[in-house]
Amino acid sequence: MTLIEEIDYGTPATNATRSVTLSIDGFPVTVPEGTSIMRAAMEAGVQIPKLCATDMLDAFGSCRLCLVEIDGRNGAPASCTTPVAEGLVVHTQTTRLKQLRRGVMELYISDHPLDCLTCAANGDCELQDMAGAVGLREVRYGFAGENHLDAAKDESNPYFTFDAAKCIVCSRCVRACEEVQGTFALTIEGRGFDSKVSPSAGEAFLDSECVSCGACVQACPTATLMEKSVIEIGQPEHSVVTTCAYCGVGCSFKAEMRGDEVVRMVPYKDGKANHGHSCVKGRFAWGYATHPDRVLTPMLRERITDPWRPVSWDEAIAHVAREFRRIQAEHGKDAIGGITSSRCTNEETYLVQKLVRAGFGNNNVDTCARVCHSPTGYGLKATFGTSAGTQDFDSVDHADVILVIGANPTDGHPVFASRMKRRLREGAKLIVIDPRRIDLVHTPHVAAEHHLPLRPGTNVAMLTALAHVIVTEGLVNEAFVAERCDAESFADWRAFVADAANSPEAMAAVTGVPAEAVRQAARLYATGGNAAIYYGLGVTEHSQGTTAVMAIANLAMATGNIGRPGVGVNPLRGQNNVQGSCDMGSFPHELPDYRHISDAAARAIYEREWGVRLEAEPGLRIPNMIDAALDGSFRGLYIQGEDIVQSDPNTHHMVAGLSAMECVVVHDLFLNETANYAHVFLPGSSFLEKDGTFTNAERRVGRVRKVMAPRAGLADWEATQAIARAMGVPMNYAHPGEIMDEIARTTPSFAGVSYARLDELGSVQWPCNETAPTGTPTMHIGQFSRGRGQFIVTEYVPTDERTGPRFPLLLTTGRILSQYNVGAQTRRTANSTWHAEDRLEIHPHDAEERGVRDGDWVRLASRAGETSLRARITDRVAPGVVYTTFHHPDTQANVVTTEHSDWATNCPEYKVTAVQVSRSNGPSAWQEDYRRHAEASRRVADLAAE
Amino acid sequence: MSPDHLVSMANQIARFFAHRGEARAVPEIADHLRKFWDPRMRRAIDQHLANGGAGLDPLARKAVESLAPDVRRSHTA
Repeated sequence: MTLIEEIDYGTPATNATRSVTLSIDGFPVTVPEGTSIMRAAMEAGVQIPKLCATDMLDAFGSCRLCLVEIDGRNGAPASCTTPVAEGLVVHTQTTRLKQLRRGVMELYISDHPLDCLTCAANGDCELQDMAGAVGLREVRYGFAGENHLDAAKDESNPYFTFDAAKCIVCSRCVRACEEVQGTFALTIEGRGFDSKVSPSAGEAFLDSECVSCGACVQACPTATLMEKSVIEIGQPEHSVVTTCAYCGVGCSFKAEMRGDEVVRMVPYKDGKANHGHSCVKGRFAWGYATHPDRVLTPMLRERITDPWRPVSWDEAIAHVAREFRRIQAEHGKDAIGGITSSRCTNEETYLVQKLVRAGFGNNNVDTCARVCHSPTGYGLKATFGTSAGTQDFDSVDHADVILVIGANPTDGHPVFASRMKRRLREGAKLIVIDPRRIDLVHTPHVAAEHHLPLRPGTNVAMLTALAHVIVTEGLVNEAFVAERCDAESFADWRAFVADAANSPEAMAAVTGVPAEAVRQAARLYATGGNAAIYYGLGVTEHSQGTTAVMAIANLAMATGNIGRPGVGVNPLRGQNNVQGSCDMGSFPHELPDYRHISDAAARAIYEREWGVRLEAEPGLRIPNMIDAALDGSFRGLYIQGEDIVQSDPNTHHMVAGLSAMECVVVHDLFLNETANYAHVFLPGSSFLEKDGTFTNAERRVGRVRKVMAPRAGLADWEATQAIARAMGVPMNYAHPGEIMDEIARTTPSFAGVSYARLDELGSVQWPCNETAPTGTPTMHIGQFSRGRGQFIVTEYVPTDERTGPRFPLLLTTGRILSQYNVGAQTRRTANSTWHAEDRLEIHPHDAEERGVRDGDWVRLASRAGETSLRARITDRVAPGVVYTTFHHPDTQANVVTTEHSDWATNCPEYKVTAVQVSRSNGPSAWQEDYRRHAEASRRVADLAAE
Repeated sequence: MSPDHLVSMANQIARFFAHRGEARAVPEIADHLRKFWDPRMRRAIDQHLANGGAGLDPLARKAVESLAPDVRRSHTA
């Protein structure tokens, strides 16, 4: 293993198709028109010295080190800012250039500490490299003059330092913050000798607008911006390319290692989802993998009130198999089930559903997509024929209009949000449909053309009103519809949306959005060029979540915005492998590749492969499992990598259901909240400890590669395999690659996927098969997967959750940039610096009415339950709407959310809960009881004392 | 399984298909129940129907009625 060194070409590649040929140091070089001389030279193998240039950023031309001579041109132009031209004769190394470069380097070094041997960047410093490259042998100016060597060091950020004494003011960090991240948190303050990098208005990094994405650290050519982990550990000696285990963007990273210790995670430029960018979670928040809270030994207990008893893997596995078989013998084969994890690999989720179907003999398997994107699967399959997004992320570069509904990309999918913001800065128009004024509405150099702040729960009314405008104002792409879509369903839909009852004027009373704003947004979407829709859980987590997904698909079809780059319907998946867990047959009604369990031909494939007869009836979904537990017909559950007590709605109901079961097996990294109600704990493995694949929101299958041994002894797939064997199911995979081979054998969309193919291509987007051997970036080109696109009538049905005198406000929940889902990982990192507790956002008007001040403890109560947390007063939320996150178990926001759910999929209605807010003195009695109960539930017996 | 909860879920499904008119909606509601509800859920709502079916929307009631022969046959099989 070696350290992967990516070539830095100095300036970005161009997309030009025309080529030009020039001479560099006597060699002919042919490159696309518009390429810089610096890049052309590098492509020819000639490395021109540079400091301010890097191929992640546009050329800047400030360091004066990359000078070249060009026959027939005066002076020594910078090669980074000088484009190639036909017939140019370029010299990169002449006596004059050598003298010039040495002179420049002398000046840089005269104001730079000479502490290379003790510097954290020793061995990875471009300044050091360039001093060597230009042959610097002396600094004639001495070091006694005025300098910056005593400049203060900013160590406020938990993950990196800013050592101003080492800064050469090349502006790479400033430009990275602008061009790559799009936050514009950094600037160069002062002029001439006083120039210095400044976060926001001279603030410390931690207090500034910096979002800690790491782009500046990555861009820095010196030790000025340096990861604290490198300062502490030293330089890495080998690296492995893997896929981030946080959100559905699925960024590629180089895990840079020293031995089996992670030194840092560096975004991989060849990563097709992230192109070398990262966010604060993937880049820095990996320390949870070695956090002392990790439980590394299997544990058992008879009753959930007992302390845990550490046992061997063999004893734990035998106990699980014995208990599950006992329950089935006493209560029937359908009395147990399993939950697969969207945080685990495709191979692991495939094995869990196989264990359930082939081992348990039923279809009681579900996954956390139940509570997030299950409506996407249903809605897009019904309209387009495939339960997935239609585009790749690169598609956004071709969008002219971007409609974001029910998503907050800068917090939930930050790396993709940076791509989106760049396109918006280039001139694409933005429509935001969201009850909150999310950051995208107004962020540096980006302003939404239209923000439609609709009332929570009215997405379908809004989307149908948009369709009304498109149909009644003659904006339908008739040619596309006639050629690509089902005529009868279109006629039904057209008549439905054209009804005056669905007009923006009629719907304004429902949505709360003025009709004219809706009309303008609809016109822009339909006529603004390539229009792309991006949506998230603000669409799906409603009682009409599936209907809203269908309404989105209707809009795309009616305007012909499907089947080419720049358009499409793009669900932004919350967790890293939500798409993959759904693809792998984690739903109780579907085999892998979304084939219904009643499909005898599909069942036969697995019956042959697994050697068992499969049940043809659908199984229980997660909420149904909990209901069935309470009526006594469901008594055993294997939960891999999910914390349903914290993440699922109506905590009281969930806890009651789990408490009613006889054998709950939690397989996780930590004793999470669900483990408080478990009888068996199996220690899980982090993404750093196993091989496998994740599938991101653009259907991209990327490799997860093991960089350290499983800390508890078994990777998750090995533990599942052990349970299967103990239950008499033959599973004998030697490596996850063999599991993928089985997936490819049995799953048409994955027929061409193998670890060899992934190693060769880096990643592939399914469908990957004989027809598309290198994958499918854009779906539905020429024809929909189902043949003709199906329009579906989307009648608005108000939720049963209503406000009233007792509960007059609407609560909507979501996430924040620095934390991830239930926070099990990010709360065990320094990310909690930015979000140490859940806060309740409340509008100043509502706060004033209740006498609530910013930071006050407030009681948040609904029909389901109540909790207390502190208030944040902000006009980001509209009057009548409050918002909070669900990252912290101390708050347990889901004790307030209800059992209302989507009509088609039972996806919970997290986004609409009627609540009341009142002042409080601190945590509620329930929270105090819960905390005591959680502490008691985590007791581990002291075996030595027995 | 709580009959009230199942009734509420069935009624939600019925409301989605209602615009298609009874002749088309009832089989589609029944098909949805068949494809997405575990057999014990179908048995429970069938039992609720046998007890009078209080709260069931007319279309949902008809769909559950159409499933009854299958549900009862599989239960006794």
